[in-house]
Parts: sequence; structure tokens; C-alpha cells
Amino acid sequence: MSEELQSGIVKKFLYINRRAPHGTNYAQEGLEVALIGAAFDQDVAMAYLDDGVFQLKAGQDTKAIGTKNFSATYRALGDYDVKRVYVERESLERRGLSEDDLMPLVYEDEDDDWEEKPLIHVVSAREMQQIISESDVLLNF
Amino acid sequence: MKFAVLVNEGPYTHQASDSAFHFTKAAIEQGHRVIRVFFYHDGVNNGTRLTTPPQDDRHIANRWGELAQEHDLDLVVCVAAAQRRGVVDEDEQKRNSKDANNIADGFRISGLGQLIEAGIQADRLVTFGD
Repeated sequence: MSEELQSGIVKKFLYINRRAPHGTNYAQEGLEVALIGAAFDQDVAMAYLDDGVFQLKAGQDTKAIGTKNFSATYRALGDYDVKRVYVERESLERRGLSEDDLMPLVYEDEDDDWEEKPLIHVVSAREMQQIISESDVLLNF
Repeated sequence: MKFAVLVNEGPYTHQASDSAFHFTKAAIEQGHRVIRVFFYHDGVNNGTRLTTPPQDDRHIANRWGELAQEHDLDLVVCVAAAQRRGVVDEDEQKRNSKDANNIADGFRISGLGQLIEAGIQADRLVTFGD
């Protein structure tokens, strides 16, 4: 790694996911960036809004369209030091979804005896606005 | 200011690569630094030297390469996205036993870490895409 990285700059990265998981591969390749990014010791959060909320839906099955079902990879987010996954409430509601329809994502809290804690936070559009404006680096997929 | 640029769409279908090019050029001309241009998703298709657009149209891959040469610009094509889409340099050709390579002058293939690093080091990361 370069000298600048060793200098310990920590930025707030927010990965904004707005598209459905299948139909295009933005979701899959976006997730790959987030997982690679975890190696850089940055403050990483994920945001799911618009059709992006479908990415976290439980029980995805791609057999009929013959594409790779990468949805299990989302469960790895907690292992990759992603501690906050924000899902916009209005986007869920407009699509007839609630938090119960989503995969249960967890992380182990090293500051709390490795207790498993939920990763997903359902937030309002206004809160999402705040989260976006407080982030340093936005990556839109 | 230090900028990093992310190009997420291929040439010609979308204006994203054109806009990214004009932005990068303008930023440099106004005295800013563009520390890296990173090509992801279909954006990796900007980096093949085999494109042959009609003569009365812009040559997107060559134009990037010329800008890179002129200003010592770092044009990085994501390796994972490039492997999926058949953008290959000499190393990748050997590694994956392919019969050819097609990376354009001025581009190099590297990992996604280069995008994260650019996000950390730049004052602004500017994304061009759909």
C-alpha cells in the first residue's frame, strides 16, 4: 500500500445501491467493490434505496433466468467490517415490502464480546438524506 | 483540488465516458490534479485498442490515451470487470492463456483497490455513469 494510505486517513465510504439485484449486474459488481474496500480500514456503510431494496430480499432464486445467484454474498458484509446497512423505509413501502421480507444480516460486535447484532437499519428518506450528506465518499451502483 | 474519476459505462452507447473525458480535461486545464481515472462495469470497454469508429466520429479510446500521455494521467481498468468482458493486457493474456490482448495505449489493468485508494486520496471522487 502507498505511503498516503499508511498515514491513516479514514473516510466515511457510503455505497449507494439503487438498482434491482438482477436484470443488470450493477448490484453484483457494486457488492464486489464494498467487499474489496473492506481491506482498507475505512468507515464503510451500505445504503439501499429505490429498487435497490430488492437486493436484500430473502429467498432470491435465479434458476429460471440462468444468472448467478450472488445474494448469499450479502451475508458476508458483517464479516467484512461493514457495520451499518441502511434501508430506506419509503422505498420498501412503495414496493410492498417490510423489514421481515429482507435477509437477516448480522455482524459480530468486537466491542461487546462478539455478540451478533443486526446490520440492517431501516431509516426514513430524511434520515437517508442526512446519512448521505455526512459521508465523504459516495459510490453509486 | 485533487479529483478522482470513475467511469461506469462503455463508449458510445452512453455519454458517460464522453462527459468523464471532458470533465477530466477541463479539470486539468484549470490547474487541478486528476489522480486517477478508474473504469468499472462496462466502462472497461473504453480501454480496448481494437475499436474502429467511423472517421468523422470521435475515437474515445484513443482520445483517453492521448490525454493520458499528455498529462501523465493514470487510466486504470478494473481487472475483475475486464476479465468478464474480455479486456486483456499482456499479463492477463498469459495468466488466463488467451490468444491475444487488446488493452489500449495509456491504460493499465489493476484491482478494485485502486478505486478505493483513489477515493481515500482524492478530495472528490466524481462518478460518470447511468
